[in-house]
Amino acid sequence: MDFATFLVQCLNAVQYGLLLFLVASGLTLIFGIMGVINLAHGSFYMIGAYLAFALAPYFVDQFVLMLLVGTLLAAVFGFVLEWLFFSFLYQREHLQQVLMTYALILVFEESRSLLLGNDVHGVQPPAWLAGSIALGELMSYPVYRLFASAACLAIAALLYLVVNRTRLGMMVRAGASNRDMVRGLGIDIRLLYRGVFAAGVALAALAGMIAAPMSSVYPGMGGSVLIVSFVIVVIGGIGSITGALVASLLVGFVDTFGKVFFAELSGIGIYLLMAIVLVWRPEGLMRRGH
Amino acid sequence: MSVVVEAKRLSRTFGGLAAVDAVSLDLRLGEVHAVIGTNGAGKSTLVNLLSGELPLTSGEIRFGDDDITGWSQPRRARAGIGRSYQRTTIFDSFSVLENCRLSAQAALQRPWQVWQSAQRCAGSREVAAQALQAAGLADRADRIAGTLSHGQKRQLEIAMCLATKPRVLLLDEPLAGMGAEETERMLALLQSLKAGHAILLIEHDMDAVFRIADRITVMVNGAVIASDAPQRIREHPQVVTAYLGEAHS
Amino acid sequence: MVIAWSRWLPLVAPLALLLALALLPAVLSPYLMDLTVKILISAIFALSLQLLVGTTGLVSLGHAAFLGIGAYVTVLASPQGEGASLWWLLPAAMAGAAAYALFVGALSLRTRGVYFIMVTLAFAQMAYFVFHDTRLGGGSDGIYLYVRPVLRLGDTTLLDLENKRQVYGLVLASLAFTWGLLALLLRSRFGHALQGIRVNEARMRAVGFRTYGYKLAAFVIAGALAGLAGALFAIQDGVVNPELLSWHESGAVLLMIILGGLGPLRGAIVGAVAFTLLKELFASEGLVGPLAAHWQMTLGFTIIAFVALLPRGIVGIRLRRGAA
Repeated sequence: MDFATFLVQCLNAVQYGLLLFLVASGLTLIFGIMGVINLAHGSFYMIGAYLAFALAPYFVDQFVLMLLVGTLLAAVFGFVLEWLFFSFLYQREHLQQVLMTYALILVFEESRSLLLGNDVHGVQPPAWLAGSIALGELMSYPVYRLFASAACLAIAALLYLVVNRTRLGMMVRAGASNRDMVRGLGIDIRLLYRGVFAAGVALAALAGMIAAPMSSVYPGMGGSVLIVSFVIVVIGGIGSITGALVASLLVGFVDTFGKVFFAELSGIGIYLLMAIVLVWRPEGLMRRGH
Repeated sequence: MSVVVEAKRLSRTFGGLAAVDAVSLDLRLGEVHAVIGTNGAGKSTLVNLLSGELPLTSGEIRFGDDDITGWSQPRRARAGIGRSYQRTTIFDSFSVLENCRLSAQAALQRPWQVWQSAQRCAGSREVAAQALQAAGLADRADRIAGTLSHGQKRQLEIAMCLATKPRVLLLDEPLAGMGAEETERMLALLQSLKAGHAILLIEHDMDAVFRIADRITVMVNGAVIASDAPQRIREHPQVVTAYLGEAHS
Repeated sequence: MVIAWSRWLPLVAPLALLLALALLPAVLSPYLMDLTVKILISAIFALSLQLLVGTTGLVSLGHAAFLGIGAYVTVLASPQGEGASLWWLLPAAMAGAAAYALFVGALSLRTRGVYFIMVTLAFAQMAYFVFHDTRLGGGSDGIYLYVRPVLRLGDTTLLDLENKRQVYGLVLASLAFTWGLLALLLRSRFGHALQGIRVNEARMRAVGFRTYGYKLAAFVIAGALAGLAGALFAIQDGVVNPELLSWHESGAVLLMIILGGLGPLRGAIVGAVAFTLLKELFASEGLVGPLAAHWQMTLGFTIIAFVALLPRGIVGIRLRRGAA
């Protein structure tokens, strides 16, 4: 493998990992803070992608604006969804949460089928992000993928700053370990949860929107990203943003280089990674003191 | 009196905080060794270290001739170290008898004998009946455990511990939430158990402790500040200021 | 003389049901017999999960992997020209599923709660990819079972599984076997220990049970029985494809036992029946008209309503009425 190919694969790995991080961070926050296992999280990713497809005709030449509008719509959707549905799941056992959110997937899939059909669609990247830049003499790399990586990295940085450096973030982290204390401080915990949930949905949907021009928009995309997100949360530890980032990048590399070296069996690479982590550190890479 | 359990300089740290700091004590047959201290002194952590639920950061535990420091909790339990929990840890959906029978089954595990009915296992039923008798719950054997009163549930805690036929009893606040009459009953039970067992008793009820304990260890912030006979503990200057003073004010 | 109904009912009722099922093929149309066989196989699958979830309290979201492996082993181990011998084919399918269950169980039981759910799902997905992506599984189209296995004793053919009625008989016998085995297990010390683990694992460890070993044993047995269901599925359908290992299958079987009632064995059977009939109902245009094409949505809403309103399942309804 020559250097240029290696570089391309590294860039792909990072880009994939960062995209997954957006989805997984929402999942791990929702689980870490509200204690809800949400099987429908992958559906938000799918909804984001289809949203990009649906909005694209109205936002020609205004790609970034479309992303912002889409994210906002997703956040509102998440807010309402938490209020009407998820808030009732917090006190229930995991098994019931699994079933209710599984049922939600069915409802989302069929709704999408009714509204937008089951076809595979493409979304064009905007003109200023189309094309490739040259890497050395023989290889080139799509500009859009660089944009995707940069966007995800920026959002990751923003997420880190908010969670670790702001009062809001402190409330969120406090809510994860001690709900009663947060309530005692006079913070409306229901509103906090609703906000966190909406943020999680928005992150996943944004990831879907960013992914749309790269991976096309198809019905099963929610399912595959969901399970990979679960693997990331297991490896990184529930509730840990840093863990999710490390795990996402790990998964990105294992998956990308797995495809290069092990063609047929590449799909199982990340699960073997998970198996190794389970043997070595069952509580996740970022051990959280209980 | 023979030393059954010897704990040497047990330490358990979480992050930078030492929940238990170089605590040494021993448990002798026929004796109640009480451990007292304020909330957060590390008493429950100590019990968890002795029972095997928490691994030691450093230190050594000997049980008879064996070094059990690395033994898992189930292994220690089968060797004869039983415990009761501060928060009632019973099988609420099973009958009182089944609670004890299942506990007794731990010593008679024969999982491959699938053709035999567990309920009819004579060995475990007999041990369970004896344990219930000792704990004073024999007449409630068929009640569903979840329907018992709080005091009766605490009695069941002890009964389940007894059903494993332990030599050592680690009792974590057995009197928690009990009224006067129930406390008397429990103390009588503990007194009757002294003869054949080595008992570690964590308790907040000072009157009960001074009535029944043969030795008292006082813990503050994870470390032992005094360990002696009850009368001398009562007069110990450090103990009076750190603990008894607060409790009596 | 008082006949102790309550003592004998748990034995008589299932036997009566099995007898009724044995006589059913005489009156069923081929389509209905096919549907019944599917329900019976689902019941075996659901029973195997009941041991894990209802008895031991281990919520696995990857149980379809064992169903799929049982099915694939059956097809892959069958020679192309003639029928394989059932004597070793069925055990081989169960052993294959059990082997993967040992691997998955050993690793996933190092985790608890939500982690366990996610890890079992992930390992099932791993198995899915093995059959979907490699030549081993024939890819996404699946592979065919060209000649169905036979059961021979010396020169006599006891069971020719090209005959649909004999397939029915085999499936029914397997259901009786699974049900009886699990009933026996639940009654035994092993079964009681599993239930103790479900209700309070901390206490089980405190009295001296090595709970990891018990949980792993339950996981492997459940996997083997799911493999049996998979083998029967392959025999009935004659074709297997990777979707058998999908998480939709895992979700469906979990739904079955919730629907029927978590815990009692009959809950798994009631659930399998109810779930299959519900799916048929929701997808039947004659009954629900234009909604039929979107049966998944109807199913979704039904599940939500069901879990919210009837957490103890169908079996729970009857229990409550009786107990009151």
